[in-house]
Amino acid sequence: MAARGIRDQVAIIGMGCTSFGEHWESSPDDLIIDASSEALASASLSLEQIDAFWVGTAGSGSSGLMLSRALRTGDKPVTRVENMCATGSEALRGACYAVASGAYDIAMAVGVEKLKDSGFSGLVGYPPPSDGTQPETTAPANFSLLAPAYANKYGVDPNQLKEVFSRIAVKNHYNGARNSRAQFRKEVSLETVSGSPRIAGQLGVFDCSGVSDGAAAAIVVPAKDAHLYTDSPLYVKALSLAAGSAAGYIDDGYDFTTFPEVVSSSRQAYAEAGITDPAGELAMAEVHDCFTPTELILMEDLGFAERGCGWKEVLAGTFDLDGRLPINPDGGLKAFGHPIGASGLRMMFECWLQLRGAAPPERTVATVAAGRTLGLTHNLGGGPGEAVSFVGIVGTELSD
Amino acid sequence: MSGGAAQKPVGHLLGYGAYLPYHRLPRAEIGAALGSRGGRGERTVASYDEDTTSMGVEAARIALRDATGRPKPERVYFATARPAYRDKTNANVIHAALGLDAAGFAVDMVGSVRSGVGAVIAALDSAEPTLVVLSDVRTGLPGSAEETDGGDGAAALLFGRSEGSAGEGTALADVLAVASTTGEFLDRWRGADEQSSHVWEERFSEHAYGPLAESAFADALKKAGITADAIDRLIIAGLSSRATRQFAARSGVGKGAIVDQLNGSVGNTGTAQPGILLADVLDRATPNTTIAMVTLADGATAIILRTTDALTDYRASLRVSEQIALGSNALLYTTFLTWRDMLHREPPRRPDPAPPAAPPSHRRAAYKFGFIGSRCTECDTLHLPPSRVCASCHAVDRMIPAPMAETGGQIRTLTVDHLVFTPQPPAVLAVIDFDGGGRFRCQLTDVNPTSVAVGDRVEMTFRKVLTADGIHNYFWKARPVRDVASQTGAESTGD
Repeated sequence: MAARGIRDQVAIIGMGCTSFGEHWESSPDDLIIDASSEALASASLSLEQIDAFWVGTAGSGSSGLMLSRALRTGDKPVTRVENMCATGSEALRGACYAVASGAYDIAMAVGVEKLKDSGFSGLVGYPPPSDGTQPETTAPANFSLLAPAYANKYGVDPNQLKEVFSRIAVKNHYNGARNSRAQFRKEVSLETVSGSPRIAGQLGVFDCSGVSDGAAAAIVVPAKDAHLYTDSPLYVKALSLAAGSAAGYIDDGYDFTTFPEVVSSSRQAYAEAGITDPAGELAMAEVHDCFTPTELILMEDLGFAERGCGWKEVLAGTFDLDGRLPINPDGGLKAFGHPIGASGLRMMFECWLQLRGAAPPERTVATVAAGRTLGLTHNLGGGPGEAVSFVGIVGTELSD
Repeated sequence: MSGGAAQKPVGHLLGYGAYLPYHRLPRAEIGAALGSRGGRGERTVASYDEDTTSMGVEAARIALRDATGRPKPERVYFATARPAYRDKTNANVIHAALGLDAAGFAVDMVGSVRSGVGAVIAALDSAEPTLVVLSDVRTGLPGSAEETDGGDGAAALLFGRSEGSAGEGTALADVLAVASTTGEFLDRWRGADEQSSHVWEERFSEHAYGPLAESAFADALKKAGITADAIDRLIIAGLSSRATRQFAARSGVGKGAIVDQLNGSVGNTGTAQPGILLADVLDRATPNTTIAMVTLADGATAIILRTTDALTDYRASLRVSEQIALGSNALLYTTFLTWRDMLHREPPRRPDPAPPAAPPSHRRAAYKFGFIGSRCTECDTLHLPPSRVCASCHAVDRMIPAPMAETGGQIRTLTVDHLVFTPQPPAVLAVIDFDGGGRFRCQLTDVNPTSVAVGDRVEMTFRKVLTADGIHNYFWKARPVRDVASQTGAESTGD
């Protein structure tokens, strides 16, 4: 019984990502076509060369037909996956394992979501028929429970903590302003963030990620074949997934200052990738900043900061674009936007650009030039107390 | 007190409880909004998440809470002029919420205000211990007398032929006599699809009720073998205030014995009124007090009771006077109108809430209605909702039922949600840690979003979470624990 991982067995050789935002003129089909076409072009491949597909969407379609119909792929295998907000990463995971197994030579993962067609504020779920006993709640309300819990546990003044959250939003907007594909491309001031209308608890509108449309795609081949398609592949070092027991609202020992699923999935990923000092070894990380307190908690859960000290590192600029460990250099969910099924692959797209030196100069992280070769994506579904967590690690070099 | 001891009681009152909702509408608020004379005092208002059924559950919980030595009800008779459902039995919701045995019987007696005394008489005729639940929401069109003078609330009375399993002395009061009169006349009526009722000229009602009330009262006194001057407390209930005043004057009972109708603090609660007034009288009564309860509704019913020594040791877990003192009169008239669906406000940009589905609600009825979770016999972990697999030790099917409705707790963490759909934004979502272990996440109700804090004590309350597609979604929420002492303390610190 062991989770061994597939380090260096498969490589990403092409990627595509649409801009995220309000695509009033694009259907989910259009977004799938745009992201997959860009990915194929980047690898100089045609659609016919792809052997199998994984498509992730939380609610913008169903079954493999949503991709095979859009791309007219013929009778190729297409698997539709869903794992809440970690759906995009789940699609990539399926494609990678399929190639690692030897079943296929070339596989494609596509993540897509069309949120703006509903006309609703925030995210909307469509739960199955139920007994009506689940409390009516929202994602910002669930994640806002992190803030008072953290403040209480570590004795941080709530106003100080509010500034930390605002600082995270300012950073991600700063990065998003340097990304032509991001939903929000404007820098914002601390005052704008902290003064934005309250949504839930301490969270204002500017503490929440963007509701948007978008798609992203990746093409995966066996690592040994990677150089047939590109001079600069990304080798998959780790793919780790943890679905918790969803007992945070049952277990009175859970204290809302951590995602245990993130801790376990990241430790598993570091083991697969052979990483012992994540903050010192990673060049960058894309993390699931659905709400600003989430990013703070993730810094500690992923081992980038000591427990109770993450807020100080945020204020010190450790995770800024020019900091020691740049976090969300593409703007993150906050500024790039969060089309659920696409986000995990969008994170990987930023690793694809940054680690291979293809990011635009105005947002290129300095750590890559300094010799670091590894990037991490962290994708979260659910919320505090009941979450699924994905951690992926990729690198430009094969390990010894 | 003359002669009553010789009469064999026709029944026994074994328990009682009254429930008043937390919200109060000051009548001056109505006047200020409508540019009319609003009147003095305030009325009780069922919250947006309450209806006659949910209030009935709360009253019944109070009545059964201190049930030591008293039999469990085998029957539930639910009376209201405003049933939440027609065709479907509302009493079954109460039956389920109380966790009563499926072998028992629950039935509605609904539609008219008179159903209330009808349920009491039926209970006295019952061979088994029977819980009578009286509940009402009184609302009229804006500016109507019903809106101003009405009130919302519920009462529950447990009757039995035997005096309880512990033997002599468990009856709180003996029912000495019951007498009724019936008269067909147009006093108050409401069409099947109408929200508010109509009344004929009150002087006519006064005329029609006069002889009916006097005759029923005289008959009851005769059956009890006593005279009017033996009555220590006279409760007069009825929606026609002129008729009740007239009867008070003509009853022959001394002025000091006539019970205040709580019009200034509660309002007229219609079907529930006689039960709430009786509960208030019993809250303060000493043993051997003779009480007459005369209800004027499409005729009259007079019931004569005498309290027993057992009342000395009985204390309702929540008295009427306490609930009057603990209400909040911060309610805006516009909010009241919104709750009563008379002011249609812009909904949030969120999907309409989904109704509960019948099969899953049936499968988990013990949890949904009775708030019964499961407890792992291997490691004692509490699960709400109940679970077959233990979240802590992973044992499968090692659970026993864990009733949690009467367990208090503390707020572990909370958030104020401005985005979620609720008729009273913002919603307060809290994580509750129960006394003795275990956790539950739910919405808080009857709560002030600006003052509620981590560490506050809460208790469970049965509510109507929402209504969608004509289906009422009943479930439990938590509410802040309030007592008179803390309320006074809060005022003195200027909170």
